Amino acid sequence: MTGPLLEITDLTIRFGGLVAVDGLDLRVNAGEIVGLIGPNGAGKTTVFNCISRFYQPDRGTIRFKGRDITSSRSHEIIRFGIARTFQNVELCRSMTALENLLVGQHVAMRGGVIRDGLRLPGVGADEARATQRADEMLELLGLTRDRDRVVSTLPFGLQKLVELGRALVSDPALLLLDEPTAGADKQEIQGLADLIRRMRDRFDLSVLVVEHDMSFVMGLCDRLSVLDFGRRIAEGAPADVRNDPAVIEAYLGEPEVEVTEV
Amino acid sequence: MARWLGTRGRAAAPYGLGLIAVLLIPALLNVIPGIAPGYVLYLVSLALIYAIVAIGLGILIGHTGQFSLGHAGFFAIGAYASALLTLRLGLPFVVALLVAGSVSAAIGFLLGLPALRLSGPYLAVATLGFGLAVPQLVIWQGSWTGGASGLHGLPLASLPLGAFTIVFRTDQDYYYLAAAVLIVLTIFARNVVTGHTGRAFVAIRDSEIAARAMGVDLVRYKTTAFALSALYAGIAGSLYAHLLHGISPEDFTVLLSIDFLTMIVLGGLGSVGGALSGALLLTFLQNALTRLPVVHDFKNLYIVVLGVILILTIAFFPQGLAGIARSARLRWATRTVDRPAGAGQIVELGERSGVR
Repeated sequence: MTGPLLEITDLTIRFGGLVAVDGLDLRVNAGEIVGLIGPNGAGKTTVFNCISRFYQPDRGTIRFKGRDITSSRSHEIIRFGIARTFQNVELCRSMTALENLLVGQHVAMRGGVIRDGLRLPGVGADEARATQRADEMLELLGLTRDRDRVVSTLPFGLQKLVELGRALVSDPALLLLDEPTAGADKQEIQGLADLIRRMRDRFDLSVLVVEHDMSFVMGLCDRLSVLDFGRRIAEGAPADVRNDPAVIEAYLGEPEVEVTEV
Repeated sequence: MARWLGTRGRAAAPYGLGLIAVLLIPALLNVIPGIAPGYVLYLVSLALIYAIVAIGLGILIGHTGQFSLGHAGFFAIGAYASALLTLRLGLPFVVALLVAGSVSAAIGFLLGLPALRLSGPYLAVATLGFGLAVPQLVIWQGSWTGGASGLHGLPLASLPLGAFTIVFRTDQDYYYLAAAVLIVLTIFARNVVTGHTGRAFVAIRDSEIAARAMGVDLVRYKTTAFALSALYAGIAGSLYAHLLHGISPEDFTVLLSIDFLTMIVLGGLGSVGGALSGALLLTFLQNALTRLPVVHDFKNLYIVVLGVILILTIAFFPQGLAGIARSARLRWATRTVDRPAGAGQIVELGERSGVR
């Protein structure tokens, strides 16, 4: 494929008088792990919600695999190959881990209310195939023991894993991770970076990750894009971004302090 | 025994028991002294017809999380469509039944469209308006709907089977007809809610955001849920019109919509079996109450009882009859396994009830 996998140009969105994202350019190449970072309220999640088509940008275009998806509908996005997780976990809370991973394969299955209701030929095979795929993913993430547990009874960390599994099981080309470290301790954060890298290699993924934990993205990402008040203030390799005075100022308010201490 | 039957056998067991019960009930009623079997069968048929509505409504409210206080409206549409088609156009009962279901489903689909923009109490009020409007429209269009006095003298229901035609004459015949339709629609509903479509419904109920991100088209699935539940109500309405051989607008008041709602709350939201048992219980309760002497001075006793049932169920058994049955089964299972379930396991099973 020529050109970037995801290419965002001049993305702008306002909420009332507030410009949440202001003329943002961002691209993710195939196989890359890109971090979108910035202080709280910088507009990172808003960018995700534009890509997921939950928000309609006022200006700009979002292209995925060369196709303009700026006016696509939110439920079509996963079909194009973009799956996501959420900052505060959006699972189907009354369902088991397995059922959540079956929901993750919603678009891969044929469906239809009459086909389901009459159990037409193929329904059983579809379910069996999806269940097998879900089981493989649960095993890969070490969730086999929790397969039949209702997700609302799982600890937060496991819920985040189930959500990651639900996104991965849809076989995406691009994975959007919104604050994967939220609620995790230092050791878990290290494990998470390894896991994301492993998943990237295994499933041939590109990853766009929103974070405010600097040390996490420094170790994980190939490239960083820094947002502040909806504008991109820096972009480049983690090492370069780390020493950028504009970034240091945005994070700490004063240039003298070392960013690594965050 | 349970192991010998295997999981498949265990899953099919309720259907087998249900079928045996359906076949035995008329015979049992004939040997019990002191009751009128015909009248009891009529009452059971009525309960089975209401159960069809309750199952459809349960899919909409219990699984998809979309509220409706207007299902008496769909029930009325099915009843009137069927009555008009057989009475005025002389169409066979089977055709009328299918058309009645389809018309109701189509209107359910249309009502589902504005419902996309409404949720919770707003949707409840909008559907309440729909339920209120239908009988009034029937009265307004009195020249062909029979107005306030209704439509009467519907022909006997019949079912052509090749060279034969089954004509449903007695209460027992109607009982078998209602039971057969209910069984087919129960299996259909179970298949829908345990499959791909049902998962999409529950995903919408649990988190619309997650559902959209996973590719669930809210427009498609919400309107499908509305149309499906309206289809059930429409078919039930058609059976109702033919069971009573006549209908009038006062059969379809808002109170009936509340009845349907109470049936599924009492039975347990999100459970097909719960909707079924809630409908049976409430219909018989209503009938039993009309026999109490106090009803002579207090005609609306049933409405008060309905309110009390709703409050008690929501306060003490939010999972309804289905939840009670589930915890009883769990207790039984742990006793036979001879290994006490951990508290966590009980919580788990209790929580799971939300799914179906």
